Amino acid sequence: MLLTWFPILVTLAVAALVVGGMVTINRLTGPRRPSKIKGEEFECGNPPTGQAWGRFSVHFYLTALLFVVFDVEVIFLYPWAVELRHLGMFGLVEALIFIGILTVGLVYAWQRGALDWN
Amino acid sequence: MTQFNWSLINFAWLPILPLIVVAVGAMGVLLAGVQVDDEDSGALGILTIALLVFAAVLSLLLFGGRPSVAFSGALAAGGYTAYFDLLVLFAAAMTALMSVEYAADQGLAGAEYYALLMFAALGMMLMAAGDDLIVIFLGLETMSIAIYALAGFMRHDPRSNEAALKYFLLGAFSTGFLLYGIAFIYGATGSIKLEPIEAALSRPATDNALLLAGVGLLLIGFGFKIAAVPFHMWAPDAYEGAPTPVTAFMAVGVKAAAFAAFVRIFMVHLGPLGPQWTMVLWVMAGLTMTVGNLAALVQTNIKRMLAYSAIAHAGYILVGMTAAAAPRAGGAILYYLLGYAFTNLGAFTVVVALERRGAIHDNLADYRGLAARHPFLAAAMALFMLSLAGVPPLAGFFGKFYIFSAALDAHLLWLTIIAVINSVISAYYYLSVLIAMYVREGGVEPAALRTRPALIATLVIAAAGTVAIGLFPQPYITSAAGAFVSALGNAPHHHVVLSR
Amino acid sequence: MGGGITLEHFLVLGLILFLLGAYCVLTRRNAIGILLGIELMLNAANINYLAFAFFGGARYDGQIFAIFVIMLAAAEAVIGLAVILAIYQNLRTIDVDATETLSG
Repeated sequence: MLLTWFPILVTLAVAALVVGGMVTINRLTGPRRPSKIKGEEFECGNPPTGQAWGRFSVHFYLTALLFVVFDVEVIFLYPWAVELRHLGMFGLVEALIFIGILTVGLVYAWQRGALDWN
Repeated sequence: MTQFNWSLINFAWLPILPLIVVAVGAMGVLLAGVQVDDEDSGALGILTIALLVFAAVLSLLLFGGRPSVAFSGALAAGGYTAYFDLLVLFAAAMTALMSVEYAADQGLAGAEYYALLMFAALGMMLMAAGDDLIVIFLGLETMSIAIYALAGFMRHDPRSNEAALKYFLLGAFSTGFLLYGIAFIYGATGSIKLEPIEAALSRPATDNALLLAGVGLLLIGFGFKIAAVPFHMWAPDAYEGAPTPVTAFMAVGVKAAAFAAFVRIFMVHLGPLGPQWTMVLWVMAGLTMTVGNLAALVQTNIKRMLAYSAIAHAGYILVGMTAAAAPRAGGAILYYLLGYAFTNLGAFTVVVALERRGAIHDNLADYRGLAARHPFLAAAMALFMLSLAGVPPLAGFFGKFYIFSAALDAHLLWLTIIAVINSVISAYYYLSVLIAMYVREGGVEPAALRTRPALIATLVIAAAGTVAIGLFPQPYITSAAGAFVSALGNAPHHHVVLSR
Repeated sequence: MGGGITLEHFLVLGLILFLLGAYCVLTRRNAIGILLGIELMLNAANINYLAFAFFGGARYDGQIFAIFVIMLAAAEAVIGLAVILAIYQNLRTIDVDATETLSG
């Protein structure tokens, strides 16, 4: 029982060590100059509070739409990952074709300027 | 390390070559468009047409091929697939051809327009080839999503916006029914491939209630796509608001592809359930014809009128499906779709000819006195209207003739009588277009045709086809019947019928 | 398997979700609300696919179908939002009744 869960325990310990270490080193060595703006909650660059129905830039929609598509397409790679060994080179070629088609979409969006923020 | 596993690529490349050409072509046009100014999009239109024609030539070579399956039974190859590939590619190429000057005049950004057209054609070809409900569903969605975008392509025109919104919302709604139906069929038969589904029908262990629920939901889903009554309410608005060439593509391409999958699923594979679904189709066919024709009578807008006319024609084709028991029915449906494609593409091309930027001119009143000003345009429109009305010896007449004969073969006397009465009613509104053009005076002056050679070419091809398919129906009906038999050939148990 | 939970439980859950989605589509006047209803319907179908795949003999087909449905739901949401955005820019509303510029 312990043996099967041991790797997970190690992972947890290493994670705690790394995060704890980083926070501690920061606290000990970093300069501390708190200001009002720094003290605010961080909300992806938006003003953190305001009207719920306030408007925000149409760029967010464009980026969100692009994100949704590319985010979800990746689920097609899961079945391939599960059967990776069995599918071998054939699966790799198929996955590359799939990613290639996705790249065409990305290149199109990029060339059309959908990724430029200004 | 792993060896290249050759056994996994035992699929045949040849049958999907047209699909690959269209898919790669669409991506190429999309990327090439980034480098091309919108004003020069005519060149992209020509490139699109060339690619579609190339794919059509490949399909033509595959037309005589032996029925076979590719991708472990996911795709069917052979005459049936090739027939619909040709039909869809023709519709897409004609749509591109009638769009070349229209897009420049209306200021449509070019590359995306043509790329979406090709993606839609790709989806339609997948629907025609699918021998697996996943593939049919994927094709349907590839087509639909491209068409939603095309319908709303004039982003600054509220009419186009509304067309896209209505088409999208009802299309997505119908997708829900379709998916839910496929889920039940999968649950009842344990498969999503049409072949094993058919085999499961004869097993006593198959859950009939689940299966019939699935088939019913599938009927609703397809009913939406082909705009059959009572699932037709989106069609008039979507047809009227969409850019006119897109409307033509919706009326011809979407309908052909939807029927390709509909006929393959129901007439080829769900034959054993025939008594159950033909009963529903009987009612649907009768309602679709009658409601479509009666509503078309009172329309004053030509695109709306053609939308209701398209609904009515879906009803005639449904009569053919109801007659599934008759051996001739399948071929009759395929022939009907071919004649309908030429005729309808032509009619919409005339509507495009009268449109100019900022002046839509799609009211029936705008056609008054057209014969005096543009005899060629009026004569072409008259030809298409007569063919739609079913006047011999045009393509529309023989389409109806074969379908009604098949219906009589299947002893559908009352449905045939309803269909004939409907044909008579429909003559009234088709002829009213002729009266407006030849008897009345007034109307509008269409933009000069001389400066639009692509439009003239579209008209000539459509008119020539409408006449040729009607005057010499024999080779076409033979090919159509052969194509349908080849779909049966994809299903092994039908081989007995073939070899007899 | 599943501690007394049978196929029927999943089918009923799917049916409830499907009906809720359909009800939402038919009663909402807000385009985004309708879109939400459609997503519910798609997910109802997904529950059925996974349930049939789990309880039935065929293991993979249903799961693969579910992945395609998830992808489709995303693609439809994207095209739907793009259409709705275009309407909002022109008409300043996304109420489907307020968009009646076409007769009928």
